[in-house]
Parts: sequence; C-alpha cells; structure tokens
Amino acid sequence: MLEIRNLNAGYGSFQALFDVSLKVDAGESVAVIGPNGAGKTTLLRVISRLIEVGSGELAMEGRRYNDIAPHEVVSLGIAQVPEGRRLFPRLTVEDNLMMGGFTPAARRHHRERLDFVYSLFPRMKERRLQMAGTMSGGEQQMCAIGRALMSKPKLLLLDEPSAGLAPVIVQSIFELMKRIRAEGYTVLIVEQNIQQVLQVVDRGYLLETGRIRMGGASEELLASDEIRKAYLGV
Amino acid sequence: MEFFDIFLLEAIVNGLLLGGLLALLALGLNLVFGVIDVIWICYAELIMVGMYAIWWMYSVQGAPLWLAFVFGVAIVALLGAALHQFIVRPVLTAEPINQLLVTGGVLFFLQAAATVVFGIEFRNIGIRLPGVNVGELHLSMARLIAFGVALASIVVTYLFLTRTYTGTAIRAISQDREIMPLMGVNASRIYLLTSALGGALAGLAACLLVLQYDIHPAIGLSFGPIAFLICVLGGLGNLVGGFLAAFIFAQFISVGGFVFHLEWGYVLAFLFFIVMMFWKPQGLFARRY
Amino acid sequence: MTTASRIGLPLLALLLLAPLLGIGAYPLHLMIMAMLWGFIYTSWALMGRLGMVSLGHGAFFGVGAYVVVMLWNHFGMPPLAGTIVAVLASALLAFLIGYPCFRFRIVGHYFALVTLALAEVVRLSIVGLRDLTGGSLGVTPSPGIASGETASIYALQFSERVVWFYIVLVMWLLSLYVWRRVDRSMTRLALQAISEEEDAAASIGINVSRSKLGVAMLSAIMTSIGGVLYAQYQLYINPETVSGIAISLQIVFGAIAGGMFVTLGPTVGAVFLLLLSESLRVLVGNQVHGLDMLIYGALLIFFIIYMPKGILGTWLDWWARRSG
Repeated sequence: MLEIRNLNAGYGSFQALFDVSLKVDAGESVAVIGPNGAGKTTLLRVISRLIEVGSGELAMEGRRYNDIAPHEVVSLGIAQVPEGRRLFPRLTVEDNLMMGGFTPAARRHHRERLDFVYSLFPRMKERRLQMAGTMSGGEQQMCAIGRALMSKPKLLLLDEPSAGLAPVIVQSIFELMKRIRAEGYTVLIVEQNIQQVLQVVDRGYLLETGRIRMGGASEELLASDEIRKAYLGV
Repeated sequence: MEFFDIFLLEAIVNGLLLGGLLALLALGLNLVFGVIDVIWICYAELIMVGMYAIWWMYSVQGAPLWLAFVFGVAIVALLGAALHQFIVRPVLTAEPINQLLVTGGVLFFLQAAATVVFGIEFRNIGIRLPGVNVGELHLSMARLIAFGVALASIVVTYLFLTRTYTGTAIRAISQDREIMPLMGVNASRIYLLTSALGGALAGLAACLLVLQYDIHPAIGLSFGPIAFLICVLGGLGNLVGGFLAAFIFAQFISVGGFVFHLEWGYVLAFLFFIVMMFWKPQGLFARRY
Repeated sequence: MTTASRIGLPLLALLLLAPLLGIGAYPLHLMIMAMLWGFIYTSWALMGRLGMVSLGHGAFFGVGAYVVVMLWNHFGMPPLAGTIVAVLASALLAFLIGYPCFRFRIVGHYFALVTLALAEVVRLSIVGLRDLTGGSLGVTPSPGIASGETASIYALQFSERVVWFYIVLVMWLLSLYVWRRVDRSMTRLALQAISEEEDAAASIGINVSRSKLGVAMLSAIMTSIGGVLYAQYQLYINPETVSGIAISLQIVFGAIAGGMFVTLGPTVGAVFLLLLSESLRVLVGNQVHGLDMLIYGALLIFFIIYMPKGILGTWLDWWARRSG
C-alpha cells in the first residue's frame, strides 16, 4: 500500500534521511524502531508531506505522490497521529474529532465515524464536551488516535504513541494497537519503545542515524543479537 | 426621576449601544489577529472604504439601500481578502512589526485614495432616522438598530465559529497551525477566508456607521485607535475579552463624555487603557479564546 | 570607515558653508526641513532599532511643540525655558509609559498599541483644551521679535533663515553623535541581546528595564526638542500635524524608509520623504489632494515588503556584498 523508495530528506542543509526504502502492505502493522534522533519523526513528516522530499519516491497504492500539497495527503487515505498528541487544546474533544473528519469525504460519514470512535473510546464519549487540553496524557492520546481515525484512513501513522506516558497507560495504548490492527487497519508505528511495539506489529525496520539498518518480521527482530545488545540491554 | 438622573441614564444606555458597535469592530480585528497573528492597523480605513461604497451605490447610483449595504459588505470582504493575499502574505515570515507597518502603509494609501476619488467634502447618505422614546429616555433609532445588528452579527459569527467545519478550523488554526495539513485543511485558504470574514465584519460596521455619521477620508482616525485599544484591553485575540472590553470602554466614553465634555470621555477611556496596562498588561481577560 | 570619512567630511564642510554660498531661500528651507526631520527620525530610531517600535512619538513631538508655545503665548515664558519644561514633561511621559511596559515585558504589538494610545491621548487633550490651545484650528507663537530686529533669542524666533539653518544643523549632528554613543556603549550590546533573548540577558545581571527606559527617555526628549524647533521655525502648529497617529506613522516610515539600523539611515529617509513631497507638489500642484499620500502609502508598503532595511540599509548591504 505504502511504498517508499530511496528517500533522501532533511531540513535545509541538514540531511536526516539517507536512501530510506520501506513498504507497508494492506492490512499489515509495521514498526519503525530506533534511537532518539534517528530520523523516525522526520520519516513520518515526509510521508505526510510536511517536509519536502530531497530525492526518492513516495507512493501510495501504486500512485506516486511526491508533489501533492500537504493538505491533500488525508484524501489519499493517510492519517497521522503526530508526536506529542498535538490536540487543539482549547477545542472540545468533539471539535477535535470533527477536525479529524474535516475533508469532504470524511464529512459524509461523520456520524458513523464518530460512533465508531466513541465505541473504541467510551471515555471520549463521556468527555466529549471537555476542553482537550484539560485531559490527562493517556486520554489525550486516545483522542488523538480517535481524531486520526475520523477520516477512515487506509493507512494510520503513529508517531511515538507511548512517549511521555506512564507505564500503565503505555500498556493500554499497545493493547489499543492490537485492537486497531484487529479491526483491519493498516498501521505504521514509529517507536522508541522497542520491546513493546514489536509485540503488536507484524514487521519492523530499524532506523539508525537516518539509515535503515535492518528489517524483518517482528519475531526475527526481537531475536536478533544486534537489537538485543544495543536496545534491549541483553 | 430627577432631571440629572435621566441624562445620566441616557448616557449609560447610549454607552451600551455604542458598546455593541465597538464590540463588532473589535470582533473583526481580534479574529484576524487571533488567527493570522497580524494587526490590521488600517482596519478603520477598510470601514471607511465600505462607507464610501455604500454612499456611492445608494446616493450616486440610486440603488436601494439594502443593495447598497450588501455591496458595501461584499466590497470590504474582498478588500480584506486582497489585503491578506497581496500585502500581508509577503511579510508573514518577517518581523511582526513589519506586518504592523505594512498595514500602516495601506492606511495612508486608502485614505489618500478616498481623497483622490471622493474629495475632502463630508458626504452623507442623507437618511435621518427618528428619535425614539423608551420610557423617559430619548434615544436614537439609528443607534438602536446599530446595536441590534451588531449583536446579531456577533451571535451569527459565534455560531459560525463553533458550529461549522470551517469555523472550527479557523479556531483550530490559531491554536496549532503546523498540524492543520494533517487534518486535510489548507491553511492558506483558511487565512484568506478569515481575512474575508474580517473584512465582511468591517463592511457590516460600515453599514451601521453610515446611518449615524458623515463620511470623510480621515474618519478612520477617529475610531481606529479605539478599536485597537479595546482589543488589547480585552487581550489581543480574545474574542470574548474584546466583547466585554468594548462595553467597558464605551461606558467610559459615554459617561465620561457626559460628566465632563465630549473629548474628555475619550481621553478618560484612553487613560483607563494606559492604567490597565500597568495593572493587567496582557489585557483584562488575558487567556486567548 | 575611512571611505565614509573621505566622502563625509568634505560633504560636511560643504554643508557648513552652504548658506554662505548663496543658496536661495527655498533650497535653504528644504535643507533645514531635511535636517530637522532627520533629527527627529534619528531620535525615533534610537528606540526602533533596538526592537522598541513606538507608534506614539507624535506624543512627544506634540508635547514639545505645544508646551513651549502655550507657555510663551499665555505666560510669556521664553521658549528656551519652556523647552526645559517640555523636555521634563516628555521625559515624565516616557517614564510613565516606559516603566510598566519594560518591567512587565510589554513588547511588540502591545507596546506599539500602548504608544499609539499615548499619541492619541495627547492629540485629544490638545483638542479638548481648545480654549487654551485653539483646538483643531491650531496656534501660532506670539510674535517676539522687536521691530527693526531680525532675531530674538529670548523668543527663539529668527527671521533670518540662515540662523535656523545652523541651529538645526547642530541639533542634527548632535543626534547622530548621540546615536553613535548609544550604539557603541555596552547598553547597545546588552539591548541587542535583550531584544532577542530577554531572559538570557537578564540572567547576566543586566538591568533590562533601566537600559530600555534610558534609551526611551532619551528618544522622547530629543523628539520633543524636535517639536520645539518645528514650532518655532514654522510658526504654526495644529494637533493633527504635530500629534496623534498620523505624524507618529510618518516618523516611523521616515526612519524605516532610510534604514533604521544605520546611523545616517533616518536622515536619508527624511531627505527621501522631503524630495517625494516636494516633487509631487511641483508636478501635480495642489489640485489633486491626496496624491502624495497615495504614493507615500504605496511606497511604505513597497519598502516594508521588498526593502525592510530601508534605502540606505539595502544599499549598504549591496555594497558590502559587492566588495565582500
């Protein structure tokens, strides 16, 4: 579904991604793991067209989309839950969700999508008229994920969903990942929490200093010596 | 009622009526600032252009008044959009003060353009609305209408901002511009729409002012500064704050002008503003809407 | 710097001798105006270049003009003494506004709008006190030159334009000197850091408020002296031309058009604006009201968008890049 070929990108004169290639097939859950500063967030920003491609190709369902405007990415079926949740703090939960379903295509299914999100996150329904900025970290994460789901995306991107959350909440987030996966969504997660994320995805890529070092099924990666030594403290 | 009390009461009521009008002015300015983070120093001049447009359509072209009003609002809405697209946009990434100054240039330009096109004589659409007696108070019909329309517009704008997708997007973009594309929102388009809306509100104000005052290229200078101060007093970008500040300010002008002499009402209001800056520098109601 | 001095010093000498070289009254008047406004714009730029953009210098200009004329007309106080009162009044005003602003970190838009309020308060007060000031109709300083004489230092009135030429010349040079001093002192370095990173500078123990306030008061004082000179030279003032938002914006524009980050920038701006209005007057005459403002406004827009460093600033940049 999503295919990235030989991507080079960065910020101005600073290059952050070098010759990155990866793909996500329909129905899969894929993780991109790696340390801080590896370029994981940059990768997601390029996929969402928030950052320009230096060279290389972005393709969704076989169609190249290097040149489309950033706000058209949602129409391709790609929705992102950005790093740090990034809810609109002084909008209610319901308004935040509304923003997720802003595109004309999403508006047509607004009621249906809203019901779906509330069924996934009953707590959000309780808090629908509450200002998003007053909620706890875990609740905000739920809302942010719900917001992204409002557009009925084909591909859901998640940028470090566990960052800054208490371990107990993190646990529930990853449970949620399993549930979303079970619903049939295609997911690309970027995470520092290697141990937990590899347990909820099918495949993973290791990104280090802007380069893909390895990739494979999640069991393989979990078993790999390199990863165990460098990241799992074994 | 005692003689003295009636006039004081009238001053207070007139202050309320004035407050409604000023609140409308503040709304347009605050909207643009809150969303785009730019102060249109030439805001009052946009209103002035609207007033001339209405006068031209009605008094020169002989169109019905309602058509002249629609024309006025449309012209200023377009002007607002054009202002953003051609003048503000190029300096959006520059120093904030440059944005202030570039609209300052537009202020001079519009004043001068009005002078060149319409001359410096005072114009008037020649509509004299009667006075109205409410109980023992003698009030101006024009002011009552202005108050009513202003409030109605504010309510409509409020509903637009809270109940529609575009309105919600306008509120959202002022809180986090960067992620708007992730929502599928074209930020530039929203800025343009907001500018047009700010212009439309100015055009609406023009409709109300044209019923009460003469038109002259420099009239912007009489109520422009007031509008800014109200916005700052209420907290720049704070729609609710601006609304409340407008009424407070209007009371100072009206009652102050009654107790002392006309100008002093304004001086008092301005001094109140300066004192407030000492006490609550971020505005009386600091938090952004 | 030597290139500048090599060109500058001869030009200065020429300037000093100009009136004696038989220049006519009108060009002399233009030069006086150029230097007077150069003085005023430079005074504004003291604050402007350090990030304190005031839209209210009309307040100080107006206070200078009106205090002196009022004291002379109503109390017979000689303008030289009146200037001291005006200067004190402006300094006080600057302090009253400046102190809370800088202490509470009121910057940017807020600061600009507060100063705008001040300019309007002054204008409205002048109009409101119409019994004293003549309101919007304006006022003229009472004649103070004895018959048969051409000058009176007591009344600060001189019918010989040449005298004014030298007075204004000295004030203008003084403003450039003050500019340089402020520019070179520690204050400037500190303020530079401050305008970019207020908290970091404060941690170095620099008294942010005091530095800013000092420059603001200096700027206010100088501008009000400019008002005094304007009143005594033109011999007519009214609230709209010496106070309020219009003159405030003109001052800002003048300083910026020339380039407020360079010593001679504001002066270049003054010359530019003067040439602009004079040439428009010649070309178009007084028939088409407002044409000069039209071009003025269009140029302001143009400058902000395409030449934010002003004429001189941009030219110097270009020059530096050529030789760099």
